Amino acid sequence: MILRLAFASLWARVLTVGMTILAIALSVALFLGVEKVRTGAKASFADTISGTDLIVGARSGSVQLLLYSVFRIGNATNNVSWESYQEIAARPDVDWIVPISLGDSHRQFRVMGTTTAFFEHYKYRQGRALQTAQGTIMDDLFDAVIGADVAATLGYSVDDPIVVAHGLASFAEHKDQPFRVAGVLEKTGTPVDRTVIVSMEAIEAIHVDWRGGAQVPGQSTPIEEIRQMDLTPKAVTAALIGVESPLQTFSLQRAINEYRAEPLLAVLPGVALQELWAIVGIAETALLAVSGMVVVTALIGLMATIFSSLNERRREMAIFRAMGARPGFILSMLVLEAMITAALGAILGLAILYVGLVVLQPLLDSAFGLWLPIDAPTLRELWVILSVIAAGAIVSLIPALRAYRMSVADGMMVRT
Amino acid sequence: MTDPVLHLSDIAYRWPGRAGFALSLPELSVAKGETVLLLGESGSGKSTLLSLICGTVTPDSGAVTVAGTQMTALSASKRDRFRAEHIGVIFQQFNLLPFGTVTDNIVLPLKFAPKRRKRVQSPLREAAQLCAALGLPDSIHTAKANTLSVGQQQRVAVARALIGHPPVIIADEPTSALDAGAQTSFLDLLFAQTAAHDTSLVMVSHDPRLGARFDRVIEMQDIVNVNRTAP
Ligand SMILES: Nc1ncnc2c1ncn2[C@@H]1O[C@H](COP(=O)(O)OP(=O)(O)O)[C@@H](O)[C@H]1O
Ligand SMILES: [Mg+2]
Repeated sequence: MILRLAFASLWARVLTVGMTILAIALSVALFLGVEKVRTGAKASFADTISGTDLIVGARSGSVQLLLYSVFRIGNATNNVSWESYQEIAARPDVDWIVPISLGDSHRQFRVMGTTTAFFEHYKYRQGRALQTAQGTIMDDLFDAVIGADVAATLGYSVDDPIVVAHGLASFAEHKDQPFRVAGVLEKTGTPVDRTVIVSMEAIEAIHVDWRGGAQVPGQSTPIEEIRQMDLTPKAVTAALIGVESPLQTFSLQRAINEYRAEPLLAVLPGVALQELWAIVGIAETALLAVSGMVVVTALIGLMATIFSSLNERRREMAIFRAMGARPGFILSMLVLEAMITAALGAILGLAILYVGLVVLQPLLDSAFGLWLPIDAPTLRELWVILSVIAAGAIVSLIPALRAYRMSVADGMMVRT
Repeated sequence: MTDPVLHLSDIAYRWPGRAGFALSLPELSVAKGETVLLLGESGSGKSTLLSLICGTVTPDSGAVTVAGTQMTALSASKRDRFRAEHIGVIFQQFNLLPFGTVTDNIVLPLKFAPKRRKRVQSPLREAAQLCAALGLPDSIHTAKANTLSVGQQQRVAVARALIGHPPVIIADEPTSALDAGAQTSFLDLLFAQTAAHDTSLVMVSHDPRLGARFDRVIEMQDIVNVNRTAP
C-alpha cells in the first residue's frame, strides 16, 4: 500500500515528475549511447583488419603505419624499396605478402595499388573476405576495382572510365591513362569502401611521364608503348604479411625491425590498435565524463524537484506524522519516490537508446561505416541503470533529510 | 470517576526557535468516554496543546499520560507508535492524502499500528461500515480524496480516526471549515460514534455555540498560562 501511495503521490505531480523522468531518461540514453558508439567504434576499428599477422612499412610510428596502411589516414613518410620487399617475401616464414602502394587519388578517394592477392588475403569482421557486387577484380593493367562508397558517391558502375590523379587532392590528373571500372565491391564498413584499387603495375604506369612529382614537359608516352614497358614497381608503401605459423610472428617482426639495408617497421595490427586506443582513450574519457556530467545534472534536477515539492507536501507529511508515522518513514518515503523516479527515467532512457539505435543504425553504418549492434542490455549497462537509481536515492537524501527535520519540528500541526 | 484516559500534569512547553510562544498547564484530565470542548481564541495555544497530547512534540517538563501509559517517558519512535495505536486525529481541514483513495486514507493509521490493525477483522469492510455510518455513499470508497467536498473529507477524517477504535479522539477545529448545517450533522455523526464505542473526545474550537453538546467545556485561559516574548 505504501508503494501504491508513493506511485499515487508521484502521479499527482505527473507534470514535474514527468519532466524529471524525461531529463533523467535523456541523460541516461546519451550516456549509454556514447558508451555504445565508443565500444562500437572500437569493435569497428578492430574489425577493419583481421587475418593479417604483420604490417610492414618504412620506419615511423606503429600507430602511424597502421593509420596510413589500413585506415588511409595520413601519409607514409617513406617507402619500402622493391628489393627489401622481395627479400621479405622470399623468407620461408612468410606465408603470404600483399604489397600496398598509396599516394594517388581519384576525386576525394584514395587510390591503392596492390596485387590480386589483396582480395584473397585481406579480411575484415572476423575473417570475412572482400566480395564484388558487380564485375570482377582487376585483370588488365588499367582495370580498377572500387569500393562501395566510391561507386555510390560518384555514381560509377562497371566499365565507366576513371582518371587517377597523382598525389592527394591534386589537380594534376594523369589524363593520359584512363582507367576502367572492372568491379565494384560489396560494402564492408571498412576504409576499403572509400578506396580505388588498381594493380601495382598501374601505379608505375601512371608515373611513367613523371619525375619528382611533376610531369616531364612535352612527354606523353602513348598507352600502347606503356603496355610494352617494364612496370616492375620500384617501391611499395607498405605490405600486409601472413606468417606460416603464429609462433613465427615475433621472430619475423624482430627480423624486419632489425633489417639492415633500410630502416623498416613491422607491427602487429592488434598491438598497434591497442596503442591507438591509448591515444584515443583521453578523448574517450573526456566524452564519457561529459555525458556523465549530463546524468549528474539530471539528478540534480531530481533533487531540485523534491526540494520544491517539500513545501506543498508539508501538510501531507503532517498527516503521516499524525497517523503515527515516524520522521524516518517520511524520509524513506521521499527516497523511495526518488528511486522510483530515477528507475523510471533510467528504464525510459534505455528504451530511448534502443529506439535510437534502430533508427540510427543504418544511418551510422552508411555515413561512417560504424555498425552498432542491437543486443540485449549488457551487464555494464545494467550497472549504469542501477547506479543511476542508487544516485537518485543518494541525492534525494538531502531534501529528504530536510523533510525529516521539518516533520520533527512541525509536529503534526503545520503552521500556517 | 474511573481512571482518566488522558492526564496532563505540570506541563511546560516553549516552541523552539524564534517563535517566542510558551505555555504551561498545571493539570488536565479526561475520563473514559468523556467529551471535552476546549475553547480559546486563535493563537491561544490550542493546537500546541493537542500536539503535546499526541506526542508529536514533547513538553520541556511535566507528564502526558494516555490510557495508562506515560507518553512523555517513551522514546520518540515508541511515542509515534503509541499515538498510532491509541489516538485518532482529526484536523481542521486538509485531513486527507489528496492522491489516495477514501479507503486508503481511512485504513492509513492501521499501517503504523499493528495492534489496532488486529482489532479490525477486515480493514476494508470496517472502512465501508464507517463510511455508511457516517452517511458517505458507497460509491465514494474508491474516489480520490481530492475529489470530495470539504464536508465529505471531514467525515472521512472521522472514519479514519475511528477505525480500530482508539480510546481517544483528538479533533482540532474540525467544523470550522463547514457551514452551519454541515456542522450540526457532522457533530451528530461524530457523537454517535464516540458514544457507541465509549471513546473519549477532546475537541478544540473558538466557537462557544458548540459547547452544549459536550460533557464539559473548558476555557483555555482557565487551564493554560501563555507566555509570549516578542520575537
Ligand atoms: N510548528 C511551530 N513552530 C513554532 N512555533 C509554533 C508552531 N506552531 C505554533 N507555534 C506558536 O504557537 C503559537 C500558538 O499557536 P497554536 O497552538 O497553533 O494556536 P491556536 O491553535 O490556538 O490558534 C503561535 O502563535 C506560534 O507562535
Ligand atoms: Mg490551531
